Amino acid sequence: MDLQTFLQQFVNALSLGSLYALIAIGYTMVYGILRLINFAHGDIFMVGGYLAFYGVTTFLMPWWLAVVVAIALTTIFGVGLERVAYRPLRDSPRISIMISAIGASFLLENLAIVLFDARPKAFHVPDFFAANFILSGVHIASVSLIIPVVTAVILAVLLWMVHSTRVGMAMRAVSTDIDAARLMAIDVDRIVSITFAIGSALAAVGGIMYALKYPRLEPLMGIMPGLKCFIAAVIGGIGSIGGAVLGGLLLGIIELMTVAFLPELTGYKDAFAFVLLIVVLLVKPTGLLGKNQGEKV
Amino acid sequence: MNPGLINKKPSMSRNQILTFAAACAGLALLFVFDSTLDSFTLQIFKLCAINIILALSLNLINGFTGLFSLGHAGFMAVGAYTCAILTMSPEQKEVNYVLQPIVPWLAHIQLPFLPGLLIGGLFAGFIGWLLGVISLRLRDDYLAIATLGFSEIIRVLLTNAQTVTNGALGLKGLPRFTTMWWAWGSAIVITVFLVFLIKSSYGRAFKSIRDNEIAAESMGVDVFGMKVLSFTISSFLAGIAGGLLAHYLTTIDPKQFIFLKTFDILLIVVLGGVGSITGSVIAAIAVTISMEALRFLDGPLDLGFVATSGIPGLRMVFFSALLMVVVIYRQQGLMGKAEFSWDALARIGLLPRRGPKPGKGGL
Repeated sequence: MDLQTFLQQFVNALSLGSLYALIAIGYTMVYGILRLINFAHGDIFMVGGYLAFYGVTTFLMPWWLAVVVAIALTTIFGVGLERVAYRPLRDSPRISIMISAIGASFLLENLAIVLFDARPKAFHVPDFFAANFILSGVHIASVSLIIPVVTAVILAVLLWMVHSTRVGMAMRAVSTDIDAARLMAIDVDRIVSITFAIGSALAAVGGIMYALKYPRLEPLMGIMPGLKCFIAAVIGGIGSIGGAVLGGLLLGIIELMTVAFLPELTGYKDAFAFVLLIVVLLVKPTGLLGKNQGEKV
Repeated sequence: MNPGLINKKPSMSRNQILTFAAACAGLALLFVFDSTLDSFTLQIFKLCAINIILALSLNLINGFTGLFSLGHAGFMAVGAYTCAILTMSPEQKEVNYVLQPIVPWLAHIQLPFLPGLLIGGLFAGFIGWLLGVISLRLRDDYLAIATLGFSEIIRVLLTNAQTVTNGALGLKGLPRFTTMWWAWGSAIVITVFLVFLIKSSYGRAFKSIRDNEIAAESMGVDVFGMKVLSFTISSFLAGIAGGLLAHYLTTIDPKQFIFLKTFDILLIVVLGGVGSITGSVIAAIAVTISMEALRFLDGPLDLGFVATSGIPGLRMVFFSALLMVVVIYRQQGLMGKAEFSWDALARIGLLPRRGPKPGKGGL
């Protein structure tokens, strides 16, 4: 392998990793606050992609408007999902909430098959993203550069929000102890809704960028990225935004680099994430940047 | 409401007579079904039995031991592939393995169905034991995601082990061994086994872990050992169900065993009641039959005010919506943790009561 191929693969890995990171942030925020694996997060990601698709094709919007509308609608959708499927179960055993999350994901996938048709749809990529340029022999699609930039900007905004605003302080309080936060007059329901809104908006951004990178929409397209990004969040340390980004980048790089250096392992690509997950869970269950929380009686 | 000592004996013997009568009636019913039903209905009837085994094995780990495992599809796949490869004839193997020939040490093995099925189950149980030892130190959602990961790893391995499993092409033309008697025989044996297991000290240990792990540990229950045991038995049963399914469908490929298959079983367990054998059995039969009965939803519909020209997938929307509604409004499902018993039937008035009610000084 020469330097050129390495760079080529690295650019690809970086953009895939940033994409994973973006979706992993949504998982990690919801988990940090509710201790809930939002299984439907991957499907919200799919909804975001489809909404942008219909915005462009059916409603003939310019692509930037379609993207904004899709992100807004997906955000509302995610908040609504929390209200319908998770809020009534907030005080139930954790297994019930998880089954509800699995049920929600199952329902969204099947609804998508009915509403959007099971056949894959070709996503129209605007020229702005499809532009391809060559930098010292390395082919770079502009979308591969845009994704890491978008992720970096969003990460900076989120970190600022969580650490320097009142809402962010309330979020950290709820994630430390939900009951104590309620006693401190924090409107927990509002904070949970805001968290879901941010998570769903990020999922929508992720879904649209995923569709720009791999222009093919399917009702079940959210499952695998969803699982992998959850794993990325666990690897980085669930509950930590920086950890989610680290985990996402790591996962993307490991996945693409292994395939690039050891092509005979290509068939096992989808298993890397799971193997990595199990190794991390066994060696350091709190993840790379996670804090240790003792088991309470 | 335990019956007093005095009228325990006669009530026991009445219950035994009832149980014996019900067993005879059940066997007679199976015989009648086997000889009268057309082959399509019989196929669905067999699928009910396989789903009963799957639901029970998932319920053992999720409902009775309180460990949320999502790895069932993987264990089914192990059982299905082991059983299928061991029972296929050498000629059939040559026909199947077109891309690369099967490894020599498997090429000439051909076992009858029962040993194949048992070895499939035992191998799935072994894998379950191995993965259990690795992952059962994790709790709750971490365990769920780790077991889900294992089942996906198993599937990826099956897809890539071309010389053993024939990879993505799958195995075709398996002998149709799973007759009605095999399916229902296994389901009945396994149900009875689980009823006794849950009543035994092991079953009580499982339930104590579910109800409060720390309390169970301080009462001297070997929590980790019991978790591994429950996980191993559950994987063994899933392997058996997988073997039956392979020889029921006669075609298997790795795609059938994606983790969504686990969700289908979870649907049955939740609808029936997490922690109820009776619930799982009833729900397995009800869901299997309604999955077929509601097939019309996928076809053209005419509701009077609106007519559609066939929406494939509407049936699964119905089932997933049902799952959501049950989880949100009736978490205990059909049966909760309750089990069927003749005394319970008597209590709700479907059977005559025997003697005065104890504990209240007679009526």
